[in-house]
Amino acid sequence: MPADSGPAVAGPDSRGAISRDEVAHLARLARLAVTDDELDVFAGQLDVILGAVARVGEVAAEDIPPTSHAVPLQNVFRPDVRRPGLSQEQALACAPAAEEGRFRVPRILGEEQ
Amino acid sequence: MSDLIRLTAAELAAKIHSGEVSAVEAAQAHLDRIAEVDGEVHAFLHVGAEAALANAALVDEAVKAGTAPASPLAGVPLALKDVFTTTDMPTTCGSKMLEGWRPPYDATLTARLRAAGITILGKTNMDEFAMGSSTEHSAYGPTRNPWDLSRIPGGSGGGSAAALAAFEAPLAIGTDTGGSIRQPAAVTGTVGVKPTYGGVSRYGLVACASSLDQGGPCARTVLDAALLHEVIGGHDPLDSTSIDAPVPAVVEAARIGAQGDLSGVRVGVVRELGGEGYQPGVRASFEAALRRLEKLGAEVVEVSCPHFEDGLAAYYLILPSEVSSNLARFDAMRYGLRVEKGASAEEVMAATREAGFGPEAKRRIILGTYALSSGYYDAYYGQAQKVRTLISRDFAAAFEQADVLVSPTAPTTAFPIGEKVDDPLAMYLNDLATIPTNLAGVAGMSVPSGLAEEDGLPVGLQVMAPALGEAVMYRVGAAVEAARDADEGGPLIARVPEVAK
Repeated sequence: MPADSGPAVAGPDSRGAISRDEVAHLARLARLAVTDDELDVFAGQLDVILGAVARVGEVAAEDIPPTSHAVPLQNVFRPDVRRPGLSQEQALACAPAAEEGRFRVPRILGEEQ
Repeated sequence: MSDLIRLTAAELAAKIHSGEVSAVEAAQAHLDRIAEVDGEVHAFLHVGAEAALANAALVDEAVKAGTAPASPLAGVPLALKDVFTTTDMPTTCGSKMLEGWRPPYDATLTARLRAAGITILGKTNMDEFAMGSSTEHSAYGPTRNPWDLSRIPGGSGGGSAAALAAFEAPLAIGTDTGGSIRQPAAVTGTVGVKPTYGGVSRYGLVACASSLDQGGPCARTVLDAALLHEVIGGHDPLDSTSIDAPVPAVVEAARIGAQGDLSGVRVGVVRELGGEGYQPGVRASFEAALRRLEKLGAEVVEVSCPHFEDGLAAYYLILPSEVSSNLARFDAMRYGLRVEKGASAEEVMAATREAGFGPEAKRRIILGTYALSSGYYDAYYGQAQKVRTLISRDFAAAFEQADVLVSPTAPTTAFPIGEKVDDPLAMYLNDLATIPTNLAGVAGMSVPSGLAEEDGLPVGLQVMAPALGEAVMYRVGAAVEAARDADEGGPLIARVPEVAK
C-alpha cells in the first residue's frame, strides 16, 4: 500500500530530478538521521538511479496485470496445533534493554500527547 | 596444504563414510586452511571451530558404529552465508545493526544442514543485508577474490564463493535475490545455483526482498551443488511461500549430464543478454560454451525475451520497495543495535538506523520509500510489477522453444576492489543477466565456462530453467562442466593461484 505521506513536491513527470529536500523528507519518513554530507551524495546518486529506472514508464503495459509474487499461491494454512515458541528469556536475550520481563523502550508518546 | 581440502565434497564424503578419512580430520584440515589464508581472503566473519569439530566427531562415531550416514554429505565441511540464523554463532548479515546478534532459533536451512551431519565451519562475509555485487558493502570489510586478491569476489555472497575458490570449504550456502549466488560463482570460477523461488525454505533467512530472495547451494562442482541442493531443498511448513512438491532429482540429473550426451535438449540463447556491454573475453567464453553445447548434441536456438532489457529498471524499483519495508524491522527496540541518542523512541530509532546501516542500505531504503510514496506508487512500483509480468511471459514463451536458456552470468570478470563502490548504477549493471530469473521465480545456475583471454579471470555460463525444472538445468550444467574439463585437461578451479601471503 502507498505510504501515508509522500513527498509533496513534483510528480514523476519531473523525472531525473529528485531534490536534496525530497531526499531529506524521505529519510525522515524512513527514520534515518542522515547527515548533510550524506544528503549531498545521496541526492546526486538517487537522481542518476531514478533516471535509469524511469524507463519502466515507457513500457506499454496498460492492460497487463501486476505481479507481486513469482509463484501464484493462495492462502496457505496449516493445522492449528500447539507447538513451543520462544520463552520470555529467549525473546529478551538479545534486547538492547529489558526490565521486569519486558522490552524497555524510550518514550513513545510526545509531550503533547 | 592438506590434500583433503582439494577434494570435491562427493570425494570427501566417500572417504569419510568408508572410514578412510575421519570427519574430524576433514574439519581440521579446513579449519587449518582458514587459519592459513583467511587473513588475506576474508571470506569468514565467524569461525565456529568447536562446534564444527563436535559435529565431525559425531559423524565419526556413527561411521565407527556402522550406522548409515545421516546424508550423502555427512561430515563434509560447509561455509554458511551470514544471513541464515544460527543459534550457536552470531548472525550479522554483514551489518553493524546486528553485530554480535545471537538468534534464538535456527533457520530451517541451518537445521537441515545439521540434521544431514554437515559440518558448519562458520559464517561468511556478504554485502550488508545482501545488497551489493562485490561484498564491499559489508560493514566488516571486503572479501578478496582468490584469483586476484586486489579484485572483488562478487556479491552479495562473495564470502561463500571466495571460501570455495580458496579451498577453505568444499561446500557453501548463498542467497540469490538478483544474482548474489550466480555472479560470485561466475567471478570466482565456482558453481552456484539459484533454485526455483520457494524451492528452499526462507524461514530464518533474514529478508532482503521477500518476493525475490532464494537460498541455494554453492560448490566447486555441479555434482556437489546437486548433492547439497537435495539436502536443503523441499517443503517447509514454516515458510508459507515454500513449494509443496518433491525436490527435483538433481543428483541423478548431474550424473547423467556428466556422461556428456545432450541430444534432444534444446538450448535457447537469449538474444537480449549478451553483446554490447559485455566484456570481449566474456563473450568469447560464452561462444566457446555454445560450441561445446552443440558438440554435446544439444540443439542451440536463439530466443528473444524483449522485456529482459527492462528487468534491471523494474528490479531496482521492486527490490528497494521491499527492502524499505523489510528493514523497517530494525527499530532498536527488541534486538540489534540501539543508539541512546534523543529522548523519544523515534529519535533513538533514527539515530540507530543512521549508525547501523551502511550507505547502500540507506540508498535503497530511501529509494524504496520514494517508489512506494503516494503519487509515485503507480508510476514506479505499480508499473515495475507490470513489467515483472511481461518478463515472466517472455520466459514462458522462450521455454516453449527451449528446455533451458543460456547467457553469460555476468557482463564482466571480477573488477578491482574500489572501482565501482561509489557508483551505484555501475554496480547494479553487474546483475543485468541474472535479475530476470529472480523476477520470474524460475531456476538459474552459473557454471564456469573458462577464463577471459584479456585478464585470465573466470567467466560463468548461466543456465536457466522453468520453475521446478532444475533437473534439466543440472544436466546441462554438468555436461558443460565435463566437456570443458576434458577439453582443458582438468577443472578450471585447479588453475586458481595459491593465495599469496
